This record gives sequence, C-alpha cells and structure tokens, in this order.
Amino acid sequence: MAESDTLLDGCRVLDLTDEKGLFCAKVLGDFGADVIKVEPPGGDPSRNTGPFYEDVPHPERSLFWFATNTSKRGITLNIAVSEGRDLFRRLVKTADIVVESFPPGHLDSLGLGYAGLREVMPGIILTSITPFGQTGPYAGYRATDLVAAAMGGMARILGDLGRPPVRMSADPQSYLHAGLQGALGSMMAYYHRDMTGVGQHVDVSMQEAVELTLMNAVEIFEILGANLVGLGQFFVSVRPQAGPLFTRTVVPCKDGYVTLMFGGGAFAGSSQSSRALVDWANSEGYALEMKDFDFATMWDNATLTQVESDARNSCIAKFLMTKNKAELYEEAVKRGILLAPCATFEDVLGNIQLEARGFWQTVEHPELGQALRYPGAPVKIKETPWRIGRRAPLIGEHNREVYAGELGLSGEEMARLKSNGVI
Amino acid sequence: MARQIFEGLKVADFSWAAAGPQVSRELAEHGATVIVIENHRHLSPLRTFAPFKDAKPGIDRSAFYAEYNTNKRCISLDITKPRGKELAGRLVKWADVVGESMSPGTMAGLGLDYESCRRLNPGVVYLSTSQQGAYGPHHKFKGVGHHVNAVSGYSATTGWPDSDPTMVFSAYSDFIAPWYSLIAILGALLRRRRTGLGMYLEQSQMECGVTFVAPHLLDCAVNGRNLGRRGNRDSFMSPHGIYPSLGSDRWVAIAVQDEEQWRSLCRAMGHPDWTREPRFATVRDRKENEDELDRLVGEWTRGHDAGELMALLQEAGVPAGAVRTCEDLLHDPQLKHRRHFRVLDHRVIGPHSYHAPAYQLSETPCELKRAAPCLGQDNQYVYKEVLGLSDDDIADMLAEGVITTEYDAPFKSTW
Repeated sequence: MAESDTLLDGCRVLDLTDEKGLFCAKVLGDFGADVIKVEPPGGDPSRNTGPFYEDVPHPERSLFWFATNTSKRGITLNIAVSEGRDLFRRLVKTADIVVESFPPGHLDSLGLGYAGLREVMPGIILTSITPFGQTGPYAGYRATDLVAAAMGGMARILGDLGRPPVRMSADPQSYLHAGLQGALGSMMAYYHRDMTGVGQHVDVSMQEAVELTLMNAVEIFEILGANLVGLGQFFVSVRPQAGPLFTRTVVPCKDGYVTLMFGGGAFAGSSQSSRALVDWANSEGYALEMKDFDFATMWDNATLTQVESDARNSCIAKFLMTKNKAELYEEAVKRGILLAPCATFEDVLGNIQLEARGFWQTVEHPELGQALRYPGAPVKIKETPWRIGRRAPLIGEHNREVYAGELGLSGEEMARLKSNGVI
Repeated sequence: MARQIFEGLKVADFSWAAAGPQVSRELAEHGATVIVIENHRHLSPLRTFAPFKDAKPGIDRSAFYAEYNTNKRCISLDITKPRGKELAGRLVKWADVVGESMSPGTMAGLGLDYESCRRLNPGVVYLSTSQQGAYGPHHKFKGVGHHVNAVSGYSATTGWPDSDPTMVFSAYSDFIAPWYSLIAILGALLRRRRTGLGMYLEQSQMECGVTFVAPHLLDCAVNGRNLGRRGNRDSFMSPHGIYPSLGSDRWVAIAVQDEEQWRSLCRAMGHPDWTREPRFATVRDRKENEDELDRLVGEWTRGHDAGELMALLQEAGVPAGAVRTCEDLLHDPQLKHRRHFRVLDHRVIGPHSYHAPAYQLSETPCELKRAAPCLGQDNQYVYKEVLGLSDDDIADMLAEGVITTEYDAPFKSTW
C-alpha cells in the first residue's frame, strides 16, 4: 500500500482516562492512531468494571475493558510522583493528543494541565472528558452513567408513563457518547493543527453528549410547550389544539415484539410503507377497512383523533399477531415497510445483514485461549480499512517496548523505576 | 479573531433526515461552506415532522429540520431532471466533501454515486450513510432510526423487567453515526492533503449503533447472558436508582459506586437505623435486598427537593443528579454556563434554541451564526455567485421546474 494503510497513521495518542473516557482513544486507535494507554502501576481501576470473561472478576478479564481498549498499547506509570511526571513529559514530546478524564484541575495540580503540556510540546492537543465540563457550577460534580442519563435529559423521556425515569440497560451509554465526542473534538483539533501548527484544549461534557441524543425533544418543548415524559412503548404527537396523540409503536407479534411506525401524510416513506403493509394484510383478509385509504392525503396527524388512530392501528395489530418477528422483518425489507423486530442481543449476534457485510472482527486473546468477536467498522474505507489493531493491553504489557525501545531506558533503570513504584 | 477550522472547505450535501445533516452541520459550525440540495417534490422527512411553529405544519416551519441545518445554504433543485443533474454535477466539482444519505442505489440511479462523482472530481471525499449499509440482504430496508434502535437491541434492553420493550425515544443511532462519519471525513481530508486522493466512506447506521453495546455482546457471546430490561439496576453498584423527590414528577438519580460512598450516603441521610442492618452491610447484601433498599432510600428522598439532594450528595462525594426534563435543560445552570443552547432567529420559526456541540475547542470555538435555511432560501446566492448562472438561466430553470418552488400536494403532517 502506498503512503499508509490506516486512516490515522502517524497520529500518536496518550490515554490517561478512566472508564468515562476510555472509548475516545479506542475509536482513534481502531482508525489507526498509535495509542498508548497509561495506567497506574498495578493497573487501571476501570479494569474492575464488569461484565467479566466467564463471570470471573479479574483485572485481565473485564469485558468492558476489552471492548473499550482495543488497538491500544499499555504501559504503567505513576504520574503522582515527580519521576513519573518526567517520564510522562518525555512521552508527551512524541505525542499529538493527550486524553484525560480526571476531575477538572487535577492535571494542573500536577503541572500536567494544558499550560504545562504546551510548554513541553507546543502544538499538543489535550482532550478532557468530564461529566459536566472544565468550568461552571457543576464542574466539580461526579457522575456515573445513570447520573448523566438523568441530567442529560434522556432518563425522563424513557420509561413507562407513571413510573420512574430509566436509563438504557445496556450501560454505560453516557460514557461511550462522551468518548465518541472526545474522539471527534480531538480530530477537529488535530485537523486544525495540521494546517496551522496550533494545538488546543478540547473540553467535553458528558451531560451535553447525552443531550445531543434527544433528537427533537427540546425543540418540542420550546415550540409547543410540552415535555416528553415516560414514553414507554408509545410515540406521542404533541398537538396544542387537538391534544396529544399516542401511537403504540412497540407492537406484539406472535413470538415477541416489533416496532412499527404506521402513519401517512407528507413523508412519502411513511405513506408508502403503510400502503404496503395494508396491501399485505388485505391479501390475508386483514385490515380490509383500510383497503382504499389514501395515506398521503387522508392521514393527517394534526387532526386525527385518538379513537380513529387506535382503530387504524388495532386492525394492523391483529394482523401482526398472526406472524412471528423474523417473518415480519423479512417481508418488511421486501415490501418497504417501516417495521423492525425488537431484537435481543442474541438476535443481534445472529443478524444476517451484519454477517453478510463482514461486520464482526475476530480478535485473538491468547491468554484466554480463545478468539472473541467484536463489533467492527463504523465506516468502511477501502484504501485504509478500519481494523482492530490488537486486543486490549495487559497490565504493563508494553513497558519494555515503550520505555526501553522508545525512550531508551536501560534494564537497570527500568528495574529501579519498578521498585520505586514509578512503573 | 481566530480563523475557524474549516474556512474554505466546501461541502455539497445531498443527505436528508438526521444522520447525514448532522455531519455537515458540524462542519458548517466550524466554518465550512455547506450547500444543501433539496427538492420540493421529494421533501426531507424532517421538514414533515413536528414541532412546527404555532403547531401549523409547513415545509419551513419544523424546528426538527432547523436543528440540524444551522449555518448552511439551501437550494431547491430537481436533480432527477437533466439540467438539475448537470448543476448537481457542477456542485460536486466545486466541493471538497459530498454527503448523501438516500436509500442505497438512489444516487447511482441519478448518476451521482461515488464513481460518477470521482470522474468529475478525483479528490472528492464522499460519504454514503444509510440505515443498514449500501449492500447486504437487508440493504433495501426502509426504516427510520427507531427501527434501527429495535434491530440493534436497544428497545428490548430498555425499560422495566415486568413491562414491554421501550420505544427508545430518538432515532438513537442517528446520534452515534454522524460522529464516526466526521472522524472518517477528517482523516480522509488529512490524507488527501498528503496524497491528493479522494475517498469513499460507506456507513451503516445500524453498525454504528451496535458498536455502543459491545460489552454486552461480548457478555452474551462469552457468558451466554442475553441482557434484558432491568430498570435502573446496575450489576455492580447499589443503591443505584432514580428516586422520587419533593414536587410533582420530580426525581433524583443516585449511584453508589463503593463502600465509602455508601457510608457518605448514610451520613447524608442522618444514619437512619435501617442503614445499620446487616442486610445492607456490603454491596452484595444490598444487591440481595435491593427492592427494600430502594424503598427505604426513596422514603428519604421523597421529602426533599431534587436539586438540594443533588447538592447535598455531591458535597458528600456521592454521584447524584436531579432528573432533567427538556424544560429543565433549557434552564440548567451548567448548560447555561457552557452556552450549550444558543438562540438564532429563523426566518419563519423566529428566535429559538439550537444546541452547540458537546466539546468546546479553546482556540477555534464553534460559531452558530445563521438559523436553518428555508427550502430554496439561497437559490439566488448559489445559482449566481457559486455557479455563475445568469438571471435568464435562472428564469428558464424556474419555468421548467428545475428549480422547484412549491410542494404541490396538501401538506399533512406525518408523525
């Protein structure tokens, strides 16, 4: 291959993050950046995050760690001591981006904040991932995935009406959103530096990363004055005059649930989908009352009553109960119907589309005597394919490679640093 | 004043709905010139979705569309007509980046797929993003983000164990895919600076969604655990929940990560007797008696204001947060401090809030300068200034319907 075989070839990242920020450098590493995960001696506490391989809690068996540290090399280094900080500064001289997720001000107190790093390496990019950002009234607050889901607005929207707000069970969504925003902000700064030589401090807020996922909910409040709350299985159309219209979009079928957007109006995709579904139902003797219904012109969500809507949806619901979810899905793909199964993770692992596109990436874990399948490329690129460069690092796996190989430390020096608790 | 990152970068955007337009929005807010190519006869779905100004549906009245189209220029052009296609080709030649998010095959049918565009502009960076990718047995799947949520496993794993799957609000993967797209585009542009070569970027939004459940897929494959709905429960933290607080529909989230935080919570609650019971002594004990634990914590929280609980617990070092409604978000002091929402004056909708990115750049901050365009708002500017057409050319194109001006059916709102 000509110039480089990965997209981010030549970009070096030092990763100081904990569980809140690990995903950031994983994303950059999988696109080809050279990432060095810097852990405290003994290993990063986030290695204690479950689930664990074969359910055995152990710092080398965290599946969360595996999933968020692919394509990274790993070294141990204690930056709380001055000798450790000196070594870190030497590494910074070789780096383009440093990512961290300490409480705001912590790195400054060690002399390794943006100002300190810039002195060592003009043009360095420092990306800080925190629950609420570097400054402001909540800057010192702590957050977990749950707290960020609550304060970013997602929790109150999810969950059934009349019950408490919920987060998504497939945690930690908030950390991954914050990490991905960190990767994007880092790349923005990296692109800018490539042009100007100027570095930046990238300040990511996890709360804001969650807020970005709320789609049009904030706009619905601002324009129509209604908070979306506890939507559960329903889609709600907010109508100041006609009142809210609830449409059940998670619908039972013979062996589970599917999600369906049954409607019409100006969005051609919706009208065509509903027509195709009704035609199919008609052919088996269902939904005959909608045989001649023109969805584009006769379906108007602005004036539709709840009773009419329920009647239309229930004649389709009866038809759906005669089919299983796989059958419905295959036919939906063929007929252009806006319907999909509520898949379990087991279903996702067996999804034929993912299989056919070669989505899964198999990564060897020699220590476990097994290869594991990971989710693959978020973007397919022929010239510089996305790839998982290596499995997540073991504790201190690349100490020798980095300290001896790159910084030129002798065996004696490394032994001394190790016995002093620096590495 | 600092130059913005993408000053001089040119983007021709054929994408619609939410996933594609957020990509060009991010570029536009950092200085790129983005021209969106739309068509009255084939409306972007977001122009047909609520919320509409004054609850009156109309193609320029949706704040949903507006949200993802800040700082952009918009033309109305029927690219299915030969003259329209030719002008689209000229925009491709003009552009550094071309984006599209049509159903797979649509752009090839119009002669505007990557191969065609590359012949016009060898250096073009071209993004195709779609629900399930450009090929494969389900590539023709017609759905919106809600369907991708379901097929990626999010619906089945959100909500309460004793209830049905949840319609995860928001087209969730639409808020994952764009950031990956942008990272790839930036990488492609950097590479182009060195090699002069363009690049084709192909994306399945579903695949992007699946990357966010990786730990659970590994858990399923290795340990056979098929995650279900577990409310707010966590495998390793306890107490871990969203508890009622003073007022109507007011809640506080509390997540106790370790024993030290548990002791801090007990202190904050004033050490009620039940906290000394052996059944709550360790995280394992608390997990085993979690229903009772949640009830007791809830009894304490329900007598207090959520904001005060948050402040009290944060002071004690316990992660806690007041649950925000959308209305609350607009008044949240932290979001205000970071200017997360910025008011822009939309020609039809009037002044309303637009969110900024979740990251702030110290040297080249984003700028939200211009509210989203009405359909065809920038026809004059683009056709004359960018493409150099004469008034006569434009008049002809209007007469032939190449430049579209009207949505010719009664406008009924979709959802």
